[in-house]
Amino acid sequence: MNRRKFLQAAGITTATTAMSPVGSLISDAFAQSGPIRIGLMAPLTGVLAAGGKELVEGFNLYWDQVSRKVAGRDIEVIVEDDGSNPDTALQKARRLVEQRNVHWLVGNILANTGLAVAEYVKGNGVPYFIPVIAADDLTQRKRLNNVIRIAGYTSSQTPRPIADYGLKQGYKKAVTISQDYAFGHEQCGGFSQTFTEGGGQILSQLWNPLNTADFSPYIAQVQSFKPDVVFVMETGADASRFIRQWANFGLKDKIPVLYCQNATDQSVIRTLGSEAEGLISGAHFCEGRDDPANNKFLADYDKAYQKLPSIYGFSHYSGAMWLAEAIRHMGGKVEDRTNFLNEVRRIKLTGSPLGKTVQLDAYGNPVYDVYIRKTVKRPDGKLWNVPVTMYPNVGQFWKYDPETYMQQPPYSRTFQGIKKI
Amino acid sequence: MNKRSAWALAILAALALLPLIISGYQTTLVTQMLIFAGLAMSIDILAGYAGRTSLGHGAIFGMATYVVLYYVTVAGGSLWVGILLAIFASTATAVVFGLLAIRTSGVYFLLLTLALGMIVWGASLRWTSVTGGENGIRGTIRPDWLSTHAALYYFILAVTAVMALAMWRFVNSPFGLTLKGIRESESRMRALGYNVPLHVFIGFVVSGFFAGVSGVLYAFFNSFVSPSTVELKQSVAGLLMAIVGGVGTLFGSIIGSAVIISLENVVSLYTERWPMVLGLMFVITMIFAPEGLVGKAQQMLARRRAKDNS
Amino acid sequence: MSMLGFNFLNGVTFAALLFVVGSGFTLIFGLMRIINLAHGTLYLLGGYAAFTVGTMSGSFPLGIVAAAAAVACTGLLIDTALLRFVKGNELRQVLLTLGVALVINDAALVIWGGDTFTVAVSEWLQGPLQLGGMAYPKYRLFVLAAGVVIFIGLWLLLNQTRLGALIRAGVDDAEMVEAMGVNIRRVFIYTFMLGTALAGIGGALGGAFLSLYPTADAEILVFSLAVVIIGGRGSLAGAAVGALFVALLATFGQVWFPELAYFVIFGPMAVLLAFRPLGLFGKAS
Repeated sequence: MNRRKFLQAAGITTATTAMSPVGSLISDAFAQSGPIRIGLMAPLTGVLAAGGKELVEGFNLYWDQVSRKVAGRDIEVIVEDDGSNPDTALQKARRLVEQRNVHWLVGNILANTGLAVAEYVKGNGVPYFIPVIAADDLTQRKRLNNVIRIAGYTSSQTPRPIADYGLKQGYKKAVTISQDYAFGHEQCGGFSQTFTEGGGQILSQLWNPLNTADFSPYIAQVQSFKPDVVFVMETGADASRFIRQWANFGLKDKIPVLYCQNATDQSVIRTLGSEAEGLISGAHFCEGRDDPANNKFLADYDKAYQKLPSIYGFSHYSGAMWLAEAIRHMGGKVEDRTNFLNEVRRIKLTGSPLGKTVQLDAYGNPVYDVYIRKTVKRPDGKLWNVPVTMYPNVGQFWKYDPETYMQQPPYSRTFQGIKKI
Repeated sequence: MNKRSAWALAILAALALLPLIISGYQTTLVTQMLIFAGLAMSIDILAGYAGRTSLGHGAIFGMATYVVLYYVTVAGGSLWVGILLAIFASTATAVVFGLLAIRTSGVYFLLLTLALGMIVWGASLRWTSVTGGENGIRGTIRPDWLSTHAALYYFILAVTAVMALAMWRFVNSPFGLTLKGIRESESRMRALGYNVPLHVFIGFVVSGFFAGVSGVLYAFFNSFVSPSTVELKQSVAGLLMAIVGGVGTLFGSIIGSAVIISLENVVSLYTERWPMVLGLMFVITMIFAPEGLVGKAQQMLARRRAKDNS
Repeated sequence: MSMLGFNFLNGVTFAALLFVVGSGFTLIFGLMRIINLAHGTLYLLGGYAAFTVGTMSGSFPLGIVAAAAAVACTGLLIDTALLRFVKGNELRQVLLTLGVALVINDAALVIWGGDTFTVAVSEWLQGPLQLGGMAYPKYRLFVLAAGVVIFIGLWLLLNQTRLGALIRAGVDDAEMVEAMGVNIRRVFIYTFMLGTALAGIGGALGGAFLSLYPTADAEILVFSLAVVIIGGRGSLAGAAVGALFVALLATFGQVWFPELAYFVIFGPMAVLLAFRPLGLFGKAS
């Protein structure tokens, strides 16, 4: 036989030997005492850089609190920048799994980056935990066994109570403006469907590309429709710019605005001034809530990072807590992927900053109390979100029956669930 | 066989044995090097032989990736038809770019191809109904027999080797020699009666064809395409690979691709400052070695030969 | 004020910013034949400098001055330490500036991080002004005014001073100017510093309403290229007309043809490059 075939045969023999029971016992023993390597991906550059930094901080805060050791195993977190870009996210995911041999992938913020990575892990079964990636279908029509939304949420989950709140305020005609990608489409879909089903009307929907520096053309358009209310779905730097420019155009006190949870997040309002006061939004995380677990988390976060936590910090802190619980339940033997993933799904997380027990619904997404919040200035001059009212036990399917709901198409640019009058 | 062919076969054999000695991840790295070597070589056909430096080839490359991924995963078409359509689309893009660009040269050619590349990028970003915009298009087009790292590597090695051979034959053909003449002195070629614009145009289209083939290979490899695939950065990366390897040497691009991709991987392990390293490489190459690694090697060899002969 | 008027103002105020940045670019391109692909990064650097100095001192004007100074010095460094080695070879110069852009951008990332910053403006520039029934941001009007002032200043420089005359002569025929015994090298250096300083000032101005972030340099560079190509190499009036053209196209294009947003800017640029590379006002050398 020729040289190549010989080498191939030799290779196969070696591989088979390594996979024999003895071989696997030996390698298992090595693996189970070594560190658990977690590949954490976050946008450290790009439109969500501010959020990305906090994601890493929140995640690391928990592991630091438990001295980076759980159930006898060291925890090693390897951080990679996904550049707020799905192609980069994909490259980094590959590098983490194939070069650095991480046990799990965690993180990312932008839905399109999360979807790209989810597609990648679909092929190789590596567990991917997403406390912030909110793409609806990952826990609905396209759910995967190894992609779990620990301490996370779906995009359309929180805008529905916001729409309901808007209807209760008497708003009838709305315009939505949103970043033009999956997260935005789904948030607006959630808002629009609930708003129109409650008798409201969506006059127009504007979509801006990620990283829009100049909102003036959009602001002009919003004004031209003369809406009762505007639903604003912007994240990161786009949110910061929109809030500022909206105020500079003198519209802050003229047209009511309902913001999505990311727009009034700490990572955005922290660097803003009076233009960010009195903004209404809806979210399950409300840092100004007077609650012992929440207050403790704020104190810890302030001690470590001298700032108020954002949803990215909070979600990944809780996510780390969730993973630690699962590691403990498995006695540290996380290499047994199937059982580990089942364990993760079974967790009822107590002790998170939400103060309540958090658990996944039957489809793998947590159920939360959603607060309608308002930004106010604290005595020390910092802005934060305080609760105005609360919607209890909001799941990813709102008041719909899951199976019926999943028969309608997923939200997209073209399908927004708008009920025709 | 002559010395050059012997060398080529030896290198090819070495490349074929690679997956047996390196890890799966490293195999994917070398696969990437081959794909981008194709892009860089296509850029070199124009830059090194017709004297036209393009910053729009990333868009031509990515156009093929978009078309094949869209056709197979979104429109549900057959793989082979998708591949043909993709290569056709890239070549057609090159035809359009070429028709506009042949009237210019030097920095204006650079800027024009940059602008045209940006138009393609803008379309990929805003034509969301087709391209998915920021979300991109996800989906694998790999048939089962290409599912392992090694199998994909061999497939791409084979295609790239054939492409490289074809490009080599092209630039050494009488047509290719005419292009070289154009690079050296356009006015002389014009005086000699050659139709310079036509030659440059054909060169552009041929280079677009090869960039398209590489784009299809990328689709096999990445199973994902987004506006990043066609953005300016891609064209810049390809150009740098051609320059570092040696503009006008064709195979220098393969070296350039290998150097840049391995450097990126090594550097990224220790620091996040890869863009700075890349930028410094550009600066240093432009000042000290604009003829690239292979170009410089050829220079030194020529000098040694001259010394030996004297 | 109608929607049309509103959008027109948006376009014109954006044009003012593009003019400030573009005028610097066209000066360098016109005189030194250098397409400075680091121009966008210098804009960003200027913006960051204005942000830091402005925040530390509490003064917006000081920030602008700091931006101009910091970037002019950087420009000096680039010219004397790097560009002189690739003199005469346009392509190598362009690619060198590309490398410089990558380096400066990454250095800025190290120094200022990936967060988005907004340059703080003086109190009297904040908030809206009532213009015929509609509110319009005061700051954008300030940028418009600044653009006009800079245009006048540059025009006076180019047409009423000796340096300006040398620059104009150099744009037309650098060799001739050198042959007349003028130290053209020094004119080049001043021009490069002025051109880059304008980018820095642009960064300070733009950083206040468009904000500063790691990819802002590529965005403004692309606009600057369009402005200069359309307006014409080395022409001040060209930069102004080019800026108006590009900004209005971008603004109205965004409103009327959002799907074609980039095509609307790069289409004309590509067409001009193909058929009239000198642009609207450029002169052949």
